[in-house]
Amino acid sequence: MDFTFDFNKSQLESIEAILEEELIELGVECVVLIDLAGNVIVNLDNGRCEHDVYSLAALAAANFGAVSAMANIIGEEEFSLLFHKGENDSIHFSKIGTDLLLLTIFGKDVSLGFLRLKVTEANNKIKELV
Amino acid sequence: MALINPKKKEVQVKIVYYGPGRGGKTTNLEYINKKFKSRIKSEMVTVKTYNDRTLFFDFLPFDIGMIKGYTIKIQFYTVPGQVKYNATRKLVLRGVDGIVFVADSMTLRQEMNIRSLENLRENLASFNKDLNSIPLVIQYNKRDLGKQGIPILPIESLEKDLNSTLKASYFPASAVTGENVAATMKKIISLTVISLKEKLDLGGK
Ligand SMILES: Nc1nc2c(ncn2[C@@H]2O[C@H](COP(=O)(O)OP(=O)(O)OP(=O)(O)O)[C@@H](O)[C@H]2O)c(=O)[nH]1
Ligand SMILES: [Mg+2]
Repeated sequence: MDFTFDFNKSQLESIEAILEEELIELGVECVVLIDLAGNVIVNLDNGRCEHDVYSLAALAAANFGAVSAMANIIGEEEFSLLFHKGENDSIHFSKIGTDLLLLTIFGKDVSLGFLRLKVTEANNKIKELV
Repeated sequence: MALINPKKKEVQVKIVYYGPGRGGKTTNLEYINKKFKSRIKSEMVTVKTYNDRTLFFDFLPFDIGMIKGYTIKIQFYTVPGQVKYNATRKLVLRGVDGIVFVADSMTLRQEMNIRSLENLRENLASFNKDLNSIPLVIQYNKRDLGKQGIPILPIESLEKDLNSTLKASYFPASAVTGENVAATMKKIISLTVISLKEKLDLGGK
């Protein structure tokens, strides 16, 4: 399946507001909403984060596609939690609807459990918008 | 399809270099990366195997400035050409706006070029896209090998094999010397951007 997403300005502003409130205020470093073609739809950070989000988006979309294909091979629809843990920073991936992916980059001071809760909340709110 | 962001006034355009394994796709992007350093704000991303074959893709973002008030961000990708990597090739093709087909001029590779183009057609069809209507440029790469006495196919024969019905723009090229690498790139950018203009005129809606 191929797809395209066009968001209008007010949708983008609402999405930014949700991500700001749910995730940036929780203390995550950076959130990026992408589509599965690797395009960046929205990116926000805490002002101290200088990652190359376009490259991250390309890799994340590919990574997610590869993991979904693995899920299919073993008979799963998809893996619900995708999480890469680093020494200092970690990345959490969450699928939104069928075609969007939310990446959250966060440090040691944010608990994974709480983050998952907040991501789910943000996810539900964004789904209502798109 | 290109993603248009009306808030940032930005368009992300995806151009994919496709073609048989070892045909020179990665070498094209490496040349562009070197030659146009000032337009490239980040590192080229490559996911390759230990012996330099592309395992997943290469990724190179390229800024071409503004059109109709929008910042155009071109994103070049290459696919892995090896036959066994079709699943990853399809993932990279997702959302493609324009394609450069890099054919290998070596006589030995005649059959592989044809098969790879056929594979491209099938993969596009799985996304309901038609090779005949997507912006496409064909590059006949490795022309430099002729001078080294390595048998290469004449352009007419490559045209007959690959481009007799498509009638796409084509360039004889050498990704190692850089001959026509920029010309190929400029042509695909211009074809792709023209095809997107209509969408931009509508303000992304
Ligand atoms: N002589 C010559 N060699 C070339 C040219 N372009 C690429 N090569 C060589 O061909 C080999 C393969 O080139 P790559 O750019 O890695 O090929 P690719 O299409 O990316 O291959 P995959 O990643 O396996 O799909 C390398 O050794 C290049 O140096 C060319 O124009 N002339
Ligand atoms: Mg390659």
